[in-house]
Order: sequence, then structure tokens, then C-alpha cells
Amino acid sequence: MKTLLVAECRQGRPADATAELFGFARTLGAEVSVAYIGNPDDLPRFDGLVYFADVRDSGEYDPDVHKRLLLQAVEAGRPDAVVFMHSSWGWDLAPRVAAALKAAQVTEVTGVVGEGYIVDSCNGKMRRTVRPLTTTVVLTLQPGAFPALQPGGAPEIHLLRAEHGSNVEFIRYEPPPADGVDLTRAEVIVSAGRGVGSREHVELVKALAEALGGEVGASRPAVDAGWLEHSRQVGTTGQTVSPALYVACGISGAVQHLAGMKGAAFVLAVNTDRDAPIGEVADLFVVADLRQFLPALTAKLKR
Amino acid sequence: MKILVCVKQVPDLESRFVPNAAGTWFEEAGLAFRMNDYDEFAVEEAVRIKEQLGGAPEVTVLSIGPGRVVETVRKAMAMGCDHGVHVMDQDAADRDPWQIAAMIAGFAGPRRFDLIFTGMQSIDRGSGQVGLLTAERLGIACVTTVVGFSLEGRRATAERELEGGARGVVGFGLPALVTCQLGLNTPRYPTLPGIMKSKKREIECLSPDEAGLEAPLTMVSGFAPQVRMGSGTVLEGDAVELAAQVVALLNEKTAVLRRGGAQ
Ligand SMILES: Cc1cc2nc3c(=O)[nH]c(=O)nc-3n(C[C@H](O)[C@H](O)[C@H](O)COP(=O)(O)OP(=O)(O)OC[C@H]3O[C@@H](n4cnc5c(N)ncnc54)[C@H](O)[C@@H]3O)c2cc1C
Repeated sequence: MKTLLVAECRQGRPADATAELFGFARTLGAEVSVAYIGNPDDLPRFDGLVYFADVRDSGEYDPDVHKRLLLQAVEAGRPDAVVFMHSSWGWDLAPRVAAALKAAQVTEVTGVVGEGYIVDSCNGKMRRTVRPLTTTVVLTLQPGAFPALQPGGAPEIHLLRAEHGSNVEFIRYEPPPADGVDLTRAEVIVSAGRGVGSREHVELVKALAEALGGEVGASRPAVDAGWLEHSRQVGTTGQTVSPALYVACGISGAVQHLAGMKGAAFVLAVNTDRDAPIGEVADLFVVADLRQFLPALTAKLKR
Repeated sequence: MKILVCVKQVPDLESRFVPNAAGTWFEEAGLAFRMNDYDEFAVEEAVRIKEQLGGAPEVTVLSIGPGRVVETVRKAMAMGCDHGVHVMDQDAADRDPWQIAAMIAGFAGPRRFDLIFTGMQSIDRGSGQVGLLTAERLGIACVTTVVGFSLEGRRATAERELEGGARGVVGFGLPALVTCQLGLNTPRYPTLPGIMKSKKREIECLSPDEAGLEAPLTMVSGFAPQVRMGSGTVLEGDAVELAAQVVALLNEKTAVLRRGGAQ
């Protein structure tokens, strides 16, 4: 099997997750080449073929131009699989390439069985195996699903030529809203999820956080509902935390939330649904309605 | 101006899923269905644009699926969409993203929409492909994962959400397709008059072939509960007793209660 690993350039550097693309190819025992639209002074460390275009010419985000560059690399290398990380850049570009190639795409791959790729469904409660029926397949990999591997060495460069002209124009980056709470150093975090149900019940979460001497965190919907500020959000589009204790209240455990808190030393989950995927990372799973359980726990701690 | 919104009906994810006999998806019996979260943002955004432009744009909502999805089309109409379209497809759950996009593009192509809104992904499948594949087939601009959107004439500006909560601001001309992310807006609740009115409205019905169904590019098997790696303790029972057990376990397994914070 021949893989074309598509490495992402973030602020001039190969993204750290590029190592997981190499880990995936190793898992498959596949032949590897890399496509990279980046900085010529900072190439992925790899002693094979790199299809390369200069980011100063092609932009860090320019999906139309990047699609055409990748199609050149596919044309030249004829890979069986074109592999991206499932990042905001990868999930945006992969289907464009798949559409142009009329190739099957499998999104957020977590494992491989025979000719098929394993993916999560129903918010991580279930899984399925998807087998491509086309000769080329486009894949995106779930972050953290494959081991990180850094091959090392200096690449052999195959230059790609950018054709300009794009239907989307990149204007600028905006930094995340800076409203102040740093959860990354907190020892204890008690997080509120959608299951908390209302702003009023967020007080139960705050009271428990106070009794534990910890900070209040949040899942995405709790922030979107305006219950808590964005700087308290944990997950891929929020903060990545590693407290000694993480209490997940009414949080189902979507992969984007888990990505931000699976480094916690001890996870206590409070959820009415005992099959909720948060069970995957919970050291202690309390199947209960948080509206009854949180006040009881807070009272017990105060005594 | 013509706007299309694509919506999917999804199951309530707190349900327990039982694989079907073919092992491709779940048995539907006993499940409750509703509009995909991300698609609610799409409907809301389309209706807001209609309002901003003094009601001039015509908003069409499309859903592919069995008879039950009409309910979701009606909800979108009660939220403010003008026309409803149902691609009556009993086998929608077994279609792959390529096939769904083929049907949407087949419907949308000749009707020349200026703007198409979809969710960035569905909560049950999460392929994140349908919007992009549709736009690529139609040969129009596509911006994904959008948390901010504005329109001036035929020029749009959107904010894409990136990792860590950063944003990428992009500009593009119409026609275009936008995939909506959580946080773009707060979807409205349908009003009672809206609901009553939507009930009386006709919904255009198409067959998958009329919409432009193509052959699949993938095959699915092995739909099953996730293999749990979790080896944690599960506790159930009375809240007060649970609290005592949890405090005892926290004392045993962690040092956090000894830091003095919890006294
Ligand atoms: C690109 C992208 C980035 C994202 N980034 C993030 C991110 O950074 N952080 C993040 O959190 N999410 C993120 N998400 C969203 C993520 O996919 C989930 O939608 C989200 O994490 C779900 O939040 P939740 O668990 O609070 O809500 P839900 O999934 O709705 O879960 C609510 C839970 O509460 C339980 N519950 C309900 N009532 C009660 C009760 N009375 N007592 C106890 N339990 C109850 C339910 O059983 C359920 O498990 C992102 C999504 C995308 C697509």
C-alpha cells in the first residue's frame, strides 16, 4: 500500500500531529511519501519523498490552491491512500480532494481492520467499519488514535507548482477571546455540560467546585448557552487541562471534549446515561441526576 | 436571492442503540428523532439573512430520509423557511456522503441557489463531507466550520473556527455553500403561529432518482457498541449514599481532599 501523508503547516511549522500520520503509516506497514505546503527552512523530518510547495506563495489556508497542489502530488505519486489529520485544515481540504478524484473518503479513522477503516458514530457510543469501493481512498485520522512517530532524516524534494486563483480569500487570523481564566494549572476542575440543563443549575456546579477548592470548567454547549465564559471551555476549541481531579457534570464525552481533559489524573463523571462515552475515561462513574447528586456531594464535603 | 438549507434528522444520542441485522446502522424502533444540532444553526442563519434583507430572499429547506423527516422539514418551516422539499428515501441511513451530496447537488444545480447552508457535520455520522462534496460538485465556493457570517451585496465574510478557539476570517463571493458550527447563533424556537402555518404548507416530494442518486463509494459493516477501554468503577443508588461513597473513594484514590481546599 502506498500512502501520501498530507502534513499541515501551522504558523510556518509542520503541525505536531504530523507524527501521527507517520504512526498510522507504520501501523499499516505502508510505503510513505509526504505532501507539505510549508516553509522550506522547516520541513518535516523524514528521509523520503516530499511533494512540496512554498507556503509564502500558496498561503496557509487557501483550499482551492491547496487542492490543486495535492492533485498534482496524487497524479505524480499515484498513492492508494491520501491521509490527513482530522483538523480544521484537514477536514476542510480532504473532501475537496476526494470530490476531484471521485474517491471514497473515510472521516476520523480510529483503527484499521483488513480493507476497512474503523470510525466512531453516535457521539462515540457506537463504531462501524467503512470499506472504500474506489481504488484511491481519502482518509482523515482522529487525533490521538494512532501513535506519534518521528522518522527523522532529510527529505528528497519534488516541487509542486501553484496555480493561483481561488474562490475563497483568507483575510486574517483572530486569536481566541481572552477573557482570562487559566485552567491549565488548576488542581481540581468541575465542569458543567449541557446536562446541567439551565443557568440556575450551574450554581450547583459552582458550589461543588468551591467545596473542592477548584475551578469551574465547561463543555462547548454550556459556553454557547452563555452559562459560562469561553475561557472555561475544555476541549479542542478550548483549553487542554491536566488536573489531579476532573469532575464532568452532565457531559457526554464527545471526542472534542475528551481531547481537552483526558490528561486528568482522576476523572469523576456524573451522568444519567450509563452508556455515555465519558465512561471511556472515567475512573469513577456516578449514574445519577446531577440535580440531586451534586448538592449531596457538596454537603458531604462541607461536613 | 435564493437560499437553500439542508437538514438531517438524527436520533437522540442518549438512547441505547441496537444494531440492525445487516450490521450497517441501528434499529429505529423506539428511538426519538430530531433536527441535527448543527443544522439548526444553518436554518437560523438562513432565516436571519432573510430578515436582514427585508424578507426578500426565498428560503428552501431540504431533507433526505424516510417519512419521519417531514417533521423536521416542518420544524424548519415553522422557524421561517418558505418552501419544504423532501427526498423520500427509505434507505437514506445506508447512503454514504457521496450519495447524499449527489442528491442535494442534483436538486440544487438547476435551481441556482445563491447561498446554501448545511451543518458542519451530523451528530450521528459526523462525516463532515456532505457540504463540501455538494459545493465541489456544484463548482461553488465552500467555507466550513463557520461561527460568524455576514453578507454585503453578493460578498460574504465568514469566520472559521480553528483549534484552541482561534478564528480564520475569509471572504468570498456568491454563490457559495457555508457549513455551520456550534456557536454561530442561537436557534429560535418555532412560534405557535409559525407551527400552525407550516402544517398547512405543501412539501415538494422527490424520489432519490429524481434528485440524482448515484452508486455508493463505500460499504459499511460491523456497526456495534464501542469497545470500552474504561475500567472505572460505576456507582448507582441514592444520592446521599453515593456522596459518601464518592468522598471515600476520592480520599482513597486522590490527594485532592487533603490539600485543605475541601474543609
Ligand atoms: C470542530 C468541533 C470542535 C468542538 N470543540 C469542542 C470543545 O472544545 N469542547 C467541547 O466540550 N465540545 C466541543 N465540540 C462539541 C462536541 O462535539 C459536543 O457537541 C459537546 O462536547 C457536547 O457537550 P455536552 O457533553 O455538554 O452535551 P451533550 O453531548 O448533549 O451531553 C449531555 C450529557 O448530559 C447528560 N445528562 C442530561 N441530563 C442530566 C442530568 N439531569 N444529570 C446528569 N446527567 C445528565 C446526558 O446523559 C448527556 O450525556 C466541538 C465540536 C466540533 C465539531
